[in-house]
Amino acid sequence: MTKIIVDPITRIEGHLKIEVTTENGVVKEAQSTGVLFRGIELILQGRDPRDAQRYTQRICGVCPTSHSIAATLNLDSAFGLDDKIPDNGRIIRNLILGAAHIADHILHFYHLTALDYVDVTKVANYDGNDPALNSVKAFVQRGELAPFVPRYEGDYRLSDEMNVAALAHYVKALEMRSKAQEMLTIFGGKMPHNMGVIPGGVTETVTVDKIASFLWRLNELRDFIDNVYIPDVLAVAEAYSDYFEIGVGCGNLLSYGSFDLDGKNADLTKRDRLLKQGTVSTDLKVSPLDTNKIMEHVKHSWYADSSTGKHPTKGMTEPQFNKEGAYSWVKAPRYDGKVYEVGPLARIAVTYVSGDPTVKNLVDSVLSKFNASPKVLFSVLGRHAARALYCKFTADSMPGWLLQLKPGEPAYVDYELPDESNGMGLVDGARGALGHWIEIKDKKIANYQCVVPSTWNLCPKDDKGQPGPVEQALIGTKVKDENNPFEIGRIVRSFDPCLACAVHLITPKGKTLGIYKVC
Amino acid sequence: MTEAKVQEYPVIWIQTASCTGCSVSALNSVSPTIKNVLIDEVIPGKHVNLKFQATIMAGQGHAVIDVLEEVPKIHKGGYILVVEGAIPTKDGGVYGTMGEKDGKAVPMASRVETLAKDALAIIALGTCAAFGGIPAGKPNPAGCISTDELLKSRGINKPLINIPGCPPHPDWFIGTIASVLVTGLPNPEDLDDLKRPKVFYGNLIHENCPRRAYFDEGKFARKFGEPGCLNELGCKGPVTHADCSLRMWNHGTNWCIGAGSPCIGCCEPGFPDLMSPLYQKLDDANLPTIGKLPGKEA
Repeated sequence: MTKIIVDPITRIEGHLKIEVTTENGVVKEAQSTGVLFRGIELILQGRDPRDAQRYTQRICGVCPTSHSIAATLNLDSAFGLDDKIPDNGRIIRNLILGAAHIADHILHFYHLTALDYVDVTKVANYDGNDPALNSVKAFVQRGELAPFVPRYEGDYRLSDEMNVAALAHYVKALEMRSKAQEMLTIFGGKMPHNMGVIPGGVTETVTVDKIASFLWRLNELRDFIDNVYIPDVLAVAEAYSDYFEIGVGCGNLLSYGSFDLDGKNADLTKRDRLLKQGTVSTDLKVSPLDTNKIMEHVKHSWYADSSTGKHPTKGMTEPQFNKEGAYSWVKAPRYDGKVYEVGPLARIAVTYVSGDPTVKNLVDSVLSKFNASPKVLFSVLGRHAARALYCKFTADSMPGWLLQLKPGEPAYVDYELPDESNGMGLVDGARGALGHWIEIKDKKIANYQCVVPSTWNLCPKDDKGQPGPVEQALIGTKVKDENNPFEIGRIVRSFDPCLACAVHLITPKGKTLGIYKVC
Repeated sequence: MTEAKVQEYPVIWIQTASCTGCSVSALNSVSPTIKNVLIDEVIPGKHVNLKFQATIMAGQGHAVIDVLEEVPKIHKGGYILVVEGAIPTKDGGVYGTMGEKDGKAVPMASRVETLAKDALAIIALGTCAAFGGIPAGKPNPAGCISTDELLKSRGINKPLINIPGCPPHPDWFIGTIASVLVTGLPNPEDLDDLKRPKVFYGNLIHENCPRRAYFDEGKFARKFGEPGCLNELGCKGPVTHADCSLRMWNHGTNWCIGAGSPCIGCCEPGFPDLMSPLYQKLDDANLPTIGKLPGKEA
């Protein structure tokens, strides 16, 4: 038995430790542990409900926009606005969220993931005349290689030519993700932490110059997605095709859907969305979403066992340090008692199985290229491919939305703050299903609860002893070189972890979040 | 002809109780780009040698913790420490740890202390690192403190530059780094009372706001999307020091008030508690005397 501890896991958002135990080189046990707590939900208590959109974005500076949308949908529902948002407001929110996801997915593939597969040092052999590559070559020749070394050594499989091309794209992608954030700020004011999305709609007004400016940045990004991002994902997939069978995970996928195509249906679980709501398992059958089936387990988390098995709106949080058998601050959310993975793979799979023709074409074209069946989607490479295809599907949908905007018409509807109310906001953020719940008393936040994507994906075992999705993806993996355990980083990063999100809800010793009522 | 050797400036960038938003904002730097900063000689003959930055560095696990522990020995007194995030200190700092030593998790507070002790200077990047920010908001569940407070509590006397903002504008950070490379550490008169570079934080948003004429004329937006000064909607521009209104954000594309949103005062030590409720109009008594509030005397 060998124990491998990777702490910190870098190139993710936040602070994560992964510990695996191997026997004859195969992972037998895996533990995922978050190591930072801030307690944003406690900080929200007693504050003006409208401030939740601003505060919850600060849960995460990589995916703040997803939190701004979930918080705002939550507040819309608490304020009785969930069927009253003007179309301009609904569409601008979609454009803001879409821009954020494009920026985020480009960042994830090139800047967080690529260094697991691409050998930057190969640029030393470059003899072409691309100025960007020659500047990186000069950097390598100077010999101070931080932050690209230290790194794991060994399993880099791309040809010299592909390594150099990927490096050029790494540099180009820095510019493109930045451009996607610029595009967002046309309506969102600034990034990270947009200012535009508020309950009632958005702050910005619609003018033709903004539409044109957005459209032409978008066209440049679509060009990059089609001709650089997707081909690079496929090239990595060819060279590392064994990763279609590595990191399979729990086999259950959950999506809240994203991008409201209809602002009139107040039920977020049934509202018409571009990406669909529901669950899909390896049998590839879709089931409708029922948020009453969500429960949080704490047997292996540092909380009192008496608080286990509650719906988020009824959840109690009673920390208990050093509880026997516990190893994480993250609770273990379960859907219908089972382990579920969330993320781009989940929303693409649910939309694919729901029969959306565009998504079906996109997914089938990739599968046929590898002569593979949909079951390979449940893998490291399946997650990367789904993320890239989702990015394309979203970007391709945005020009149509831009043209639906009506300059001069309102993008915001005014409202009165209620004395008492409850709300729920659901959206698929960049990293997956994101839920916010609020309880308002005396026009103030009595309770605020978030169940975020990385809580689903990076959770510990539940009360029945079922390991979380990342843990299951690690278990059974053959680690070829225990001194350079590439497999661990590649599997964990395929989920795009966001730990600041996952452990935002931890409370300090002796405090509780209180008891929620069902909203 | 032999080329002059490029001078390396080691930098350690540590993330504590943060959301990584400051890092993402730095990636948005336009001129220079983040690639220019990390790969090229950002100032001719001078290269920023980013030894540790968890969001982008290739390595992971003990290999990068080794870097964190070796750099202060190899470059004693010669590296810049960047702190991103507030520092959890409650219950011995157990709420935020980074890596292990002798089988025990090391509190972030200890990491910052050790790294600060041997640094040339420290940059507190973002409002959390500079003043505590959102994680230090009431009731401050993790006992988060600012970098300045940590240094004082551990008796460390090193030059400190605060670059607040939630997040800070990339120009404020990269501009400060460049100025250290070109002219050395800032003189005391270059910083304000809160250790912010005056070149970026010397004026109030309100002083240079494009909606200032509305304020002077008493034309106020009463709901979002209306033209007019955003004072009635809770704008904190009159009490916030930053050059956002002139510099604008994300390649000069837009900024908070430009998008019709009131300023939330994210660069000030009072963020978030003294700025909240964010949409509540400031007390007139708090307004600086740079412009009288029309209709007040009448």
